This record gives sequence, structure tokens and C-alpha cells, in this order.
Amino acid sequence: MSESSENGRRDFLKKGALGVTLAAWGQLVFSCSHSGHEHVAEEQGDIVKVLTPDGQLVEVDRSHLKHVHHVHPVTYEETREGVPGKKFVMVIDLARCTNARKCVSACQKMHHLPPDREWLTVKLMKDSEDGAPYWFPKTCFHCDNPPCVKVCPVDATFKRDDGLVLVDNTRCIGCKFCMTACPYSTRVFNWGEPGVPADMKTHFSSAESSIPGQVGTVEKCDFCPDMARMGKLPDCVTACPNGAFFFGDQNEDIVTNGSETFRFSELIAERSAYRYGEDLGTKPRVYYLPPAGRIEPAEKSLEEMPEERRKLYEDML
Amino acid sequence: MMKTAELNKKQTAILQALGAQLEKPGMLYRLWVALLLVLILAGTYGLYRQILIGHVVTGMRDNVVWGYYIANFIYFIGVSYGAAMLAAILYYFKVPWGRPIVRIAALVAFITGIIGPVFILLCIGRFDRLHYLFIHARVQSPITWDVMVISTYLVGITVFTYLLLIKDFAILRDTSLLELSSWRRKLYTALSLRYKGTDEQEGQIDHSTKSMAFIMVPKVILAFAVLSWIFGMTLRPSWNSTIFGPAYVISSVAAGIGLIIGLMWVYRRLYGLEEYITGLHFRNMAFILVILVAAFGYFTFSEYITNWYSSGKWESAVTAKVLSFKEFGWAFHLANLFAIVLPIVIIAIPRFRTPNIIALLSLLLVVAMWVRRYLTVVPPLETPLLPVQDARPEFVHYSATWVEWALVLAGAATFFIFFTLAPKLISVIPISDYDKETR
Ligand code: SF4
Ligand code: SF4
Repeated sequence: MSESSENGRRDFLKKGALGVTLAAWGQLVFSCSHSGHEHVAEEQGDIVKVLTPDGQLVEVDRSHLKHVHHVHPVTYEETREGVPGKKFVMVIDLARCTNARKCVSACQKMHHLPPDREWLTVKLMKDSEDGAPYWFPKTCFHCDNPPCVKVCPVDATFKRDDGLVLVDNTRCIGCKFCMTACPYSTRVFNWGEPGVPADMKTHFSSAESSIPGQVGTVEKCDFCPDMARMGKLPDCVTACPNGAFFFGDQNEDIVTNGSETFRFSELIAERSAYRYGEDLGTKPRVYYLPPAGRIEPAEKSLEEMPEERRKLYEDML
Repeated sequence: MMKTAELNKKQTAILQALGAQLEKPGMLYRLWVALLLVLILAGTYGLYRQILIGHVVTGMRDNVVWGYYIANFIYFIGVSYGAAMLAAILYYFKVPWGRPIVRIAALVAFITGIIGPVFILLCIGRFDRLHYLFIHARVQSPITWDVMVISTYLVGITVFTYLLLIKDFAILRDTSLLELSSWRRKLYTALSLRYKGTDEQEGQIDHSTKSMAFIMVPKVILAFAVLSWIFGMTLRPSWNSTIFGPAYVISSVAAGIGLIIGLMWVYRRLYGLEEYITGLHFRNMAFILVILVAAFGYFTFSEYITNWYSSGKWESAVTAKVLSFKEFGWAFHLANLFAIVLPIVIIAIPRFRTPNIIALLSLLLVVAMWVRRYLTVVPPLETPLLPVQDARPEFVHYSATWVEWALVLAGAATFFIFFTLAPKLISVIPISDYDKETR
């Protein structure tokens, strides 16, 4: 797919039209294996439609689908420079977040993370004592003045021209200085051997895919740059049932959640978007639309939770 | 006869005292060494587990990513800088009462300067990539600055300490007063670098040592500054404060002096050095200590009262944590009692300025300063800006595991074993420094 900026917009728009299919299938890629494969699951008679890489819509049995992390092999220099001509940006509509946590699980699936490792977290927030609580999905903010990048002694975490802040886990020495420097507690550390599935161990590895994880190194939300390079949306964006995440390119001034597309500048102006912790001077690339007119009160999700989990949010209520 | 073999009365007396140091060790001594070795072995086993399994064996987790190791690192390296500063100043200005102290101080600086950085290595996730610090060095990072200052500092303090010892090695090589085994003579011969005490040689050594002492002072200030910036330059409340550096310097020098006083006391008792290490030495050191801890008390008070009085949300949260008796309150208040209040109050009373009391106060202070180092590192990390609602309580509250304890104790044991064995090689009191005494 061409990455030039004129085509980029059409890519995102096309994604919008294809919305439902893509949103549902995110990056389940058809792994064509009719026979002779070591592992053939039994057909369930559950037929689904998928789009092949060359643009054909085909019907296959669900049992033939395999989750493949599709990567575009990139050179080291490309991972350092970023996708040419882009300036990635994210807008999160807090009014739409119901703590469905589909973004969290999609992110974990995409990056082969165990259930207790969250690159993307959903916090319960309340801005003032008498205010109402609301859910707050938090990614890495890919700050334009990133304190984490400033302090890294070996250039393992770096800022690219397309706005992304990435970690090269083959370079990271695990000093954790970036973790103390990031005021948003974004980064996670591989304290032990990360439970990477066997077939992922030999996976093409670059700072763009962040897999497989490596013991003793730092990792974090990366805005799925390998997907972005292919003109696709990050998994959290497509997984959200409420379309709370919008991803796009600031240069083209466009953001989409897969089914709706907005002019970035208009959206943030109209909805009075803010960036979290603006006073820290980090210049985040993630904008939040204030949680006014929430589609569902935050308490609803709390009520449905098991008692134990609800306790964790007590000090916010 | 060579000059290094001609000794005056005083020097002969010191050599005889050294005889006591070299006596065959008794049972208690052996047990002590055995205990220290066990501690070091336990630490080594902990390290082996950590390398094998990863940092999961420690109590550190996301949020609190630095714990005992970093606390220990800044403690030891701070003590090292403090002791180096004291040794350099006492030597450079030829402070008359400093003579028996310079050597101990330099040795403290040397060994803690080696132990400290080991702990920062323990905190690094990937030992195998350590060389990246050089081949991929990024000058913008305070860690790179620290690598530069610590490595040059270590070279500096090693050279300075060695220069201070050469003359004594030569005396020991040439003396006929002590019966020394042949391996010892050989060792002293090698270490003394053919120093014979000619006027030219003496001039060279004195000049070099003095230059090194002169260089060490700005070197130490720079090293202190850079280390405190590692914390100061992050966006964390209570780290990101201008007073962090000065408070760290002052308290580290105090901890260093506390350790030196402790060693002075032990050596004096153990080897009967009352004639050389006198009450005057203890009193003078105690006065320096009181000035330093008073300044530290002032900085502490100033830091916490401003944070408490103003209502910045993040700062207040850390302050509340440190002061709350449900969290770090006991540790904080007891540490301040022993590190600040007690030394000032007790040393203010002339009657209490005895070596025993001063040594006891120093011991308490040395431990209390460690607690303050811990409180420097952990509470700000336990107070993230965003709420922690993850389902994992160990991610919020830090508590050290046996591996961390074992390694911290191994670090202390290394310090003690060094000072247990050092007097078996050299005289605690520098023999050569008494060469101008009347014959
Ligand atoms: S949110 Fe944290 S990790 Fe992400 S770019 Fe900003 S400072 Fe770095
Ligand atoms: S932990 Fe890794 S990415 Fe972070 S500052 Fe250290 S070397 Fe850089």
C-alpha cells in the first residue's frame, strides 16, 4: 500500500467504509491452509467473510483462521525514522468509554501479553470531590517532549519523525530510568522471562512490533506502528465497541475510529479536547474529549464487577 | 642506610603497634570473618538467582522500579564522596589533627566507591548489555554523565589512596623491627615502587598527593551534583527539587564521617591506639558532624514544611505518605531522631563528648542515614500521578525480598571484611607522617 500522504487519507477513509468487517476482524489474517498442515482444527461450519491481502472477499470456516501478527519487514533505519510524512495522533472520547476493556484485551492479544500485563490501562478518574467519576483509557501519550527519551543512556527509547516514541528492546539495558522519568506510569518492565509463545520467539523483531518481549527490558504501548505502516488502525481502536478511540494523522488533519472520520482540528476544537498533565510540559500526542454527556454512567460498570475488583476503585468514589 | 629504614621514636612505636595488628588472629576474629564470608556467599547466591530468573526475584515491580539497590547505591557512593572530600581537605590543608584520620577516610572512600556502583549494576535488567553504556552512549542522559564522573572519580580516589600508602609500604619493606614473612616483604617491595625516600622522590610523592587532593574536591562536588541530578531531573515530586542535591551532599558527608568515627573507635580499642587517636580527634570529628546534621535538619525541615504548607496535589501526596504513621512515618521520624536530633543535643553537652558516646551516636547516625536514603527513593515511586488501580497490590507497595536483603547485607559485609583485613597489611596510623617528630 502506498504511504504517500494523498493516498493515506483515502486509506483511512476506505477503512471507514470497510469499517465493520475490519473492526470485527482487526488483524485476523486468513492463513490459507487447506491440507498438509501440522495442525488442522475441526471445521465448525461457522463461515466467515475475510478480505485477502490482494483485496478479494472470500468465505472460510472460522476454524481455519489463525491469529497472525502481520509484520511489514522494515530496516533498522526505517524503525528509527518513522513512517514518512506522517504525524500520528490519537483522540480518546471519554464520554464513550464504558470500561468495556476490549481495547485492553485486544492490545494484549496483539502483543502476546499475559493477562496481568497491560500496556493500555483503563483507570477510574474523578476530577473533583463532588464531580462524577468517569473511565479513562490510558495509552502511551507519545509525548512531543518526552521525559523518558531524554533520560535513556543508550538511545533505546527514541522519538521518531512521525511522532511515535518507541523502545528498541534489543538495545535497552533495563536501567528503568525511563520508568521513573515518565510521569504517567506508562512503561512496564519484563521482571521475569516474558511468557512469549514458542512460535513468536523467532518472530521478525523490530522496534515497531515490540515482540517477542525480552527479559530485563522495558516495553510499552507503541501505537502499533507496524499496523500504521500498512495503513491500518491500532487494535485498541478497532476493538472498542463504542468507538471511543480515534487514530489518525495530524499532517492530514484526519482521525477515525474505523466507522466515523473527523477532521482532527475541528474535533478537538469543537469538543474542547485537552491533553492529560499538560502542565508537566511533556506535550502529549493523545487528546482527550471531556467526559461530558457520557453514554453510560461509570458506576454501571462498577456495579457489574465482582466485589473484589470493585474494591480497587474505592478511593476514587 | 636508606631513609625509609631510619625511623624516629614515634615511628618505631607505631611499628610496634602494627606488630599487634599483625598478630595471629584469635577465635573471635576468625568467627567474625567467617560470618562476613557467609553473608557474602548468601548475597552471591541471591545474585545467581537474580541472573538466572530475572528481577522477579526482587520486590521491585512497575511503579516502584527502584528499591534497596538504588538506596544502597546512593548511600555507599555518597559515603564514598563524603569520605574522599574529608580526606582531601584534611590532607591538602595539612590539618594537624587530621594525620591519623586521612588514611582511614581515604580507605573508606576507596572501598565504598567500589561497593556503591556494584549496586547500580544489580539494578540493571541486562548485565550482558552493559557495554552499550559506552558504545551507544547518549550525552543527554544523566546516567551517561554519572558513568563518566563515577569512573573518573574511582580512578582518582584509587590513585590518591595509593599515593598516601606508598611511603608506608617502603618503610615496611625495609624495617628490621618486625619479623615479616617473605611473601609480605615481596608484596611490600612490589607495592612500594622502589621508593627509597630520597629528597627528590619524597618531593614528587608529596607534590602528586597534594595535587590529587586538590583535584578530588571539585571532582567530588561534580560527582555529587550529577548523582543528585539523576533524581532531580525527573518529574517526580520530592526528587524534582532544588534542595535535593545539597541535602544529599550534606547527609552523605555526615554518614561518611559517622563511619570513619566508628572505624577510629574500633581500631583504637582493638590495637591500643589511644595515643594516636585521641579524644581530641573524636571531638573535632563530632563538631563537623554536628554542623553537617544541623544543616541537613534545616534542609529536611525546609523541604517538608514547604511541601506541606503549599497544597500542590502530587507533592502533598508524597509528603503525607512520608509523614503518615501508617506508612513511612515511623521510619522517617526515628531516622530524623537518630540522624539529626540526637547528635546535636548530646554533643552540645561537653560532658558527653567522649569517644564512646560519639562512636555510639555515629553508629546510630550511619544506620539512620541509610533509612533516609531509602525514604528518598521509595515513597515518591509509590506515589504515581495517576491512580494505581491494577489488581496487583505488589505493584503499589514495595517490600524487599530475601534476595535484596542478602545482597544489601553482602555489600555491608564486603565493607567490613575490607576493614577487618586491611590492618593485616598496613598500619592504621600512617608511619611516614610522623617523620618530622623529634628523634
Ligand atoms: S507517556 Fe510516558 S512513556 Fe509515553 S512518551 Fe510520554 S513520557 Fe514517554
Ligand atoms: S530502561 Fe531501557 S529504554 Fe529505559 S532508559 Fe534504560 S535503557 Fe533506555
